[in-house]
Amino acid sequence: MTKEEIITKDKDIHAFLEVFDGSTALTTSGPLSGKTIAIKDNILFEGHKVSAGSKILENFTAPYDATVIKKLKEAGAVIIGRTNCDEFAMGSSTENSAYGVTKNPHDLERVAGGSSGGSAAAVASGMADLALGSDTGGSIRQPAALCGVVGLKPTYGRVSRYGLIAMASSFDQIGPFGKSVSDVEAVYNVIKGEDPMDSTTQEFPISNFQFSKKIGIPKNFVESEGVSEEVKKNFAEAIEKFKSLGYEIKEIDLPNIQYSLPVYYIIMPAEASSNLARFDGVKYGLHKDGENIIDDYFQTRGEGFGLEVRRRIILGTYVLSSGYYDEYYGKAVEARRLITRELRNLFTEVDLMLTPTTPSPAWKIGEKSKNPLEMYLEDIFTVHANISGCPAISLPSGFAGKLPLGIELTADLGREDNLFTAGKEFLNEPY
Amino acid sequence: MDKDKVLSLAKLARIEISDSEAENLSHEFDTILGYVGEVKSIKANSLKLTADSFPLKNVMRGDGEGHESGIYTEKLLSEAPAREGNYIKVKKIL
Repeated sequence: MTKEEIITKDKDIHAFLEVFDGSTALTTSGPLSGKTIAIKDNILFEGHKVSAGSKILENFTAPYDATVIKKLKEAGAVIIGRTNCDEFAMGSSTENSAYGVTKNPHDLERVAGGSSGGSAAAVASGMADLALGSDTGGSIRQPAALCGVVGLKPTYGRVSRYGLIAMASSFDQIGPFGKSVSDVEAVYNVIKGEDPMDSTTQEFPISNFQFSKKIGIPKNFVESEGVSEEVKKNFAEAIEKFKSLGYEIKEIDLPNIQYSLPVYYIIMPAEASSNLARFDGVKYGLHKDGENIIDDYFQTRGEGFGLEVRRRIILGTYVLSSGYYDEYYGKAVEARRLITRELRNLFTEVDLMLTPTTPSPAWKIGEKSKNPLEMYLEDIFTVHANISGCPAISLPSGFAGKLPLGIELTADLGREDNLFTAGKEFLNEPY
Repeated sequence: MDKDKVLSLAKLARIEISDSEAENLSHEFDTILGYVGEVKSIKANSLKLTADSFPLKNVMRGDGEGHESGIYTEKLLSEAPAREGNYIKVKKIL
């Protein structure tokens, strides 16, 4: 598609905040040559605007390339534009973007998911071959499921976060969207790797475990309250499909996995409140003038941050404050270790864990925006992967009416290979 | 949580919010904290979880010059809301 064709097509969907001019490819014979890729509006691309969906960075131009951008250019990819997202990646629907909501290409009255909703919609509607998003609690996998594409959150530390605008640094990870598992794998192979600019990146030694086609199902968890009937039915069909492909399905019990979401919604705002302290109207970004320098901070941050960002910063300030720290943050960090241990133990018995990606298909725009907790509950099946660092992939698994649904596979640290193998078999791709 | 508590937290976070927003947030926080407060019932202490199940390591740069002095100055300062020469300009603090 040409720039003009994308702009025309995007009028209804609003996946893009900006479509770029010219080609970025540094080679015509790289692994991604000839492919177009859209990037989420929180990844720095030198000389281009990047706003994290926020007014506070409305006129900010990236002074350097994120490591993933450098790698994409070297691999021959053409970066075609930046995509809409919830402000600072905080949300599950892109309704929190300061620049308007992204609509689901399958039904324009419904959300595309989030926070990387623009990236998912760009791929689903064919405006981009590929896209990058970031995933802190499900922000790649959930919109991938709601838009009917493949989305991967790599192992924590697999992909450099240098040049990613931080939300919760111990959870954030950049990952790809694509129409197929092979496409997602190709981008993953380009962007992964150790980076001296991100001290948390590391190589994970691949264990000697042979892939044995064993999948665990946390039955009690999957049947949690609030999971829609159509999702349950679709999930049961996915299990049958894996059985027919020769997979052994094992019911498993993870006694503490249901605490993943409460743990996430304590640690994430805590880290976000610290990370977003850097927006002070002094170094870069929006500046609002007050009576003195302290008042400048209040005015700049009060006007520059949207409602959900203000909510999470204040909540994070609360759980970190003296008197409440042990009760909330301290407890959540302990629980995080417990959940991680349970999950990693599980992967000595099975290769993969299977759940739905979301508890329901895409909802109507505005339907959940009045109730923050209801929106947070959308992340129920995705946050365990961020809490533990494990990689997880969302695969299109059918439809509820015209709305796409997704299933999610989670693997042990560093075992993206198992996700790709099972994912390709599930989608009948050659491998 | 009451409205005044929210206002004092917002003050700690250096965010200007209105009374009505603080009032709304106080009710939302009650609901959210009621939900996330479930973590208090986890019995993790007894497990002596002293080590992470996630392998972590520190990466340090060797001593020496990182890069030539001044090569990024213009790029970074051009994003500052106010500057004077090669300095970021701020209001008087004292």
